[in-house]
Amino acid sequence: MSKAFPFAAIVGQDEMKTALLIAATDPSVGGVMVFGDRGTGKSTAVRALAALLPQIKVVKGCRFNCDPASPAADCLDGCGAVKGRKKLVAVEVPVPVVDLPLGATEDRVVGALDLERALTRGEKAFEPGLLARAHRGFLYIDEVNLLEDHLVDLLLDVAVSRENIVEREGLSVRHPAKFVLVGSGNPEEGELRPQLLDRFGLSVEVRTPQKLADRVEVLRRCDAFERDPVNFMKTWAPKSSETRDLVAAARGRVGAVSVPDAALEMMSNLCVAVSADGLRGELTLMRAARAAAALADDTIVGVPHIRAVAPLALRHRLRRNPLDQTDSGARITRAMDEVLVS
Amino acid sequence: MSAAARVPERFAERSAGTAAWVAGLEAAALLAIDPVGLGGAMLRGGPGLARDCWLAALTARLAAGVPVRRMPAMIDDDRLLGGLDLAATLTAGRPVIQSGLLAATDGGVLVMPSAERISAGLAARIAGAMDRGEVILERDGAARRLPSRFAIVALDESVGDSEAVPLALEDRVAFLIDLTNADPRGAVTAPVRSLAPVRARLAKMKPLDAKAVEALVHTAEAFGVPSLHSVYLAMRAASVIAAQAGRVTVKDEDIAAAARLVLAPRATRLPAEQEPEADEPEAEDETPPDEAGDDDRVSALEDTVLEAVRAAIPDGLLDALQAGKPLRGAQKSAPGGGQMRKSPLRGRPLGSRAGTLKPGTRLSLVDTLRAAAPWQSLRQRETKRAMRVEVRPSDFRIRRFAERREATIIFAVDASGSAAFHRLAEAKGAVELLLAEVYAARTNAALVAFRGAGAELLLPPTRALARARARLAELPGGGGTPLAAGLDAALALALSERSRGRDAMIVLLTDGSANIARDGTGSRVRASAEAQEAATRIGVEGIATVFIDNAPRPRPESRGLAAAMNARYLALPYLDATGVRNAVRASSPQASRGAR
Repeated sequence: MSKAFPFAAIVGQDEMKTALLIAATDPSVGGVMVFGDRGTGKSTAVRALAALLPQIKVVKGCRFNCDPASPAADCLDGCGAVKGRKKLVAVEVPVPVVDLPLGATEDRVVGALDLERALTRGEKAFEPGLLARAHRGFLYIDEVNLLEDHLVDLLLDVAVSRENIVEREGLSVRHPAKFVLVGSGNPEEGELRPQLLDRFGLSVEVRTPQKLADRVEVLRRCDAFERDPVNFMKTWAPKSSETRDLVAAARGRVGAVSVPDAALEMMSNLCVAVSADGLRGELTLMRAARAAAALADDTIVGVPHIRAVAPLALRHRLRRNPLDQTDSGARITRAMDEVLVS
Repeated sequence: MSAAARVPERFAERSAGTAAWVAGLEAAALLAIDPVGLGGAMLRGGPGLARDCWLAALTARLAAGVPVRRMPAMIDDDRLLGGLDLAATLTAGRPVIQSGLLAATDGGVLVMPSAERISAGLAARIAGAMDRGEVILERDGAARRLPSRFAIVALDESVGDSEAVPLALEDRVAFLIDLTNADPRGAVTAPVRSLAPVRARLAKMKPLDAKAVEALVHTAEAFGVPSLHSVYLAMRAASVIAAQAGRVTVKDEDIAAAARLVLAPRATRLPAEQEPEADEPEAEDETPPDEAGDDDRVSALEDTVLEAVRAAIPDGLLDALQAGKPLRGAQKSAPGGGQMRKSPLRGRPLGSRAGTLKPGTRLSLVDTLRAAAPWQSLRQRETKRAMRVEVRPSDFRIRRFAERREATIIFAVDASGSAAFHRLAEAKGAVELLLAEVYAARTNAALVAFRGAGAELLLPPTRALARARARLAELPGGGGTPLAAGLDAALALALSERSRGRDAMIVLLTDGSANIARDGTGSRVRASAEAQEAATRIGVEGIATVFIDNAPRPRPESRGLAAAMNARYLALPYLDATGVRNAVRASSPQASRGAR
């Protein structure tokens, strides 16, 4: 497999990096959607995520990424049954970042009858799919707006229920599938259905860097990476481990971050001011602000944190006002200036 | 070609054709050195001698054993990415996975005829494999990663602006070559030599320095080349050019040549006409002062590169740029463009997917049998029945088709007193002609009329031409002009059509003199303000609109209204039906395409 470009070496694109770091810190913010022009490093950043996250413990040999501390009771690989009698063998693995490629068939996404065993031994066995592999990690769909509708519906179902239920080919299987959905797409190449957009916790827009000096730097780093990936990774290793430590620390801290009533009220007011639809926006805003505070090593959510995450959490939830042509980012900034007082 | 009487002219034509060919050949020679690194080329122009010669020239120069494969524009995922090889699976009694075209082209060149017909989804699959250098196969029970590094040669045979090679592909190739007028006959072809030493030099090529990258970035910015990826390809092209010239360092002339070949065909604007000195204060902001000693070289190099690009821009492109016409890349599909959508019943076949049989779906028998085949031995063991083929509901494969989205044209007709007597008949005539057109294009039509106190939906969206015609004939005239109410009604209808998945378009026929406010009272000032507001709403919603102004003397306010609606404005004091038809046809790609 080709090496992933280091996250820390991505020039600019702070909004996208923030969103991904927040999702890594608190997966419950519920997914990130990255919109942007071609060649802005969308997929590079997402694929770099795996190297950024602290490793997780899984039961050795379990195809469903069971946590040794609390394996699924009805795990098909028997993790649940083993509990009590003998200890499960745990191994540390990188957090799964699973690519869902366009053209994937449904049987590979949800899992299906194991063809090999069915044909050679006439056995009926379940072969887990990408959803099982992404459990406790990330599921990444590049060009999500071009994915087949029936797969999109299926993913949405599972992302919400956090469980994959397979009823096909005479099999009846269920297994946990908790993952952070990360999508990227180019709006020019097809609209994303609004109900899908709403399911993503955060939404960011990436553009080609505006400063020419940044563009030069982007190109030079790409060139250096392409020429000698090993050396490039080595050069960036200290920065990468810095980011990794930051995420690990933030994960530890996020539970202890408190959200004062004043902050909650400001967030509610902000949602009202921009008429963001639904409660989901408010909840995401709160969680994202908490993660932002944890990343900044603050213990209390304050105005700077809200300010940093509000565009990410609300941009894609605004109801359009037909007489207001300002773009959603500007509307949120305007509302923040009115509502947020420190 | 005409007789030899006009020798000079013919000679000129011939040399222009030769020049175009030589330019194309230059790119082919570079591409052959490092196909994977340069991503490939897009060739414009129909099939013919030039194209065949170009492909032959490329193939002749490629290293031995490099695969060159052709890809049909309608290829399905099984063939493209890979999947279960059914015949082999059944024979072997175990799953046999067949790799697809992308994996088979690893290290080589993928030629795509009729590349303008490639769908966005197919383009994204190919582009994804190019970016990753591998195909991620997650199909038919198989999960594999297959190396797949290749270049594409997209043969663009598009005619007119309605079709184009997907931008995702255009963005990933270094060279955009126009062979439309190229003529290989007059050119002297050098014998093809082995490129192995050139490739060896390329492998040892020193990286471009910051100044070189800066010059390319600035040039791309000056000519409005949107994607950074194009600049990256120009960097690689510069290295290849240097290797071709027998060097292992990239010189300024290589940078200029790369910019000419890669960036010039993508120009979307010309650099602002200003002296290079005027640029410098800005440049100083971005370059750290300690590098000031090199500034002379930077600006000199930048000038060289800019000049090279400017000289390489083809004539037609230059004219278009100077006229400020938006070019490729700036294009956006207009509403009413009839986007493709999936349909279970009609349209272009899109393959099949698993599903249940219910009314309104069609079973794809072959695909269903394919799905059932691998499980036969297992099933027969299970049921202990010796059936020929055992098909279960989970095998059902339902056909799908791509269908063009339906569209609705909403006629909003001013039937007020000011418009009535001399104009209404003409308006009716025009609308009637349009209706015939609409019918041919399988579009729906709706009719909103406004007069007196308010607007009325005379005809809900329908394809019943006769009904539409009858309602139109009955349309009475007279009274004030409640323009805002008319626009509101048209917009409401357009939005409701849009929510039903149809593209809506408004054709507004009025003299624009609003004099009845929304509440039905007569106030010219308030009526105008309200009309302006209603027009803005239509503009914001992005509904395609044609404003046909039939006032005897068109007034400036009408233009303002049209601008607010983002409408195509047409002053037709003598409403002739043909003029109206042409205007509407020009604004609605749907109508013209459907009628073809």
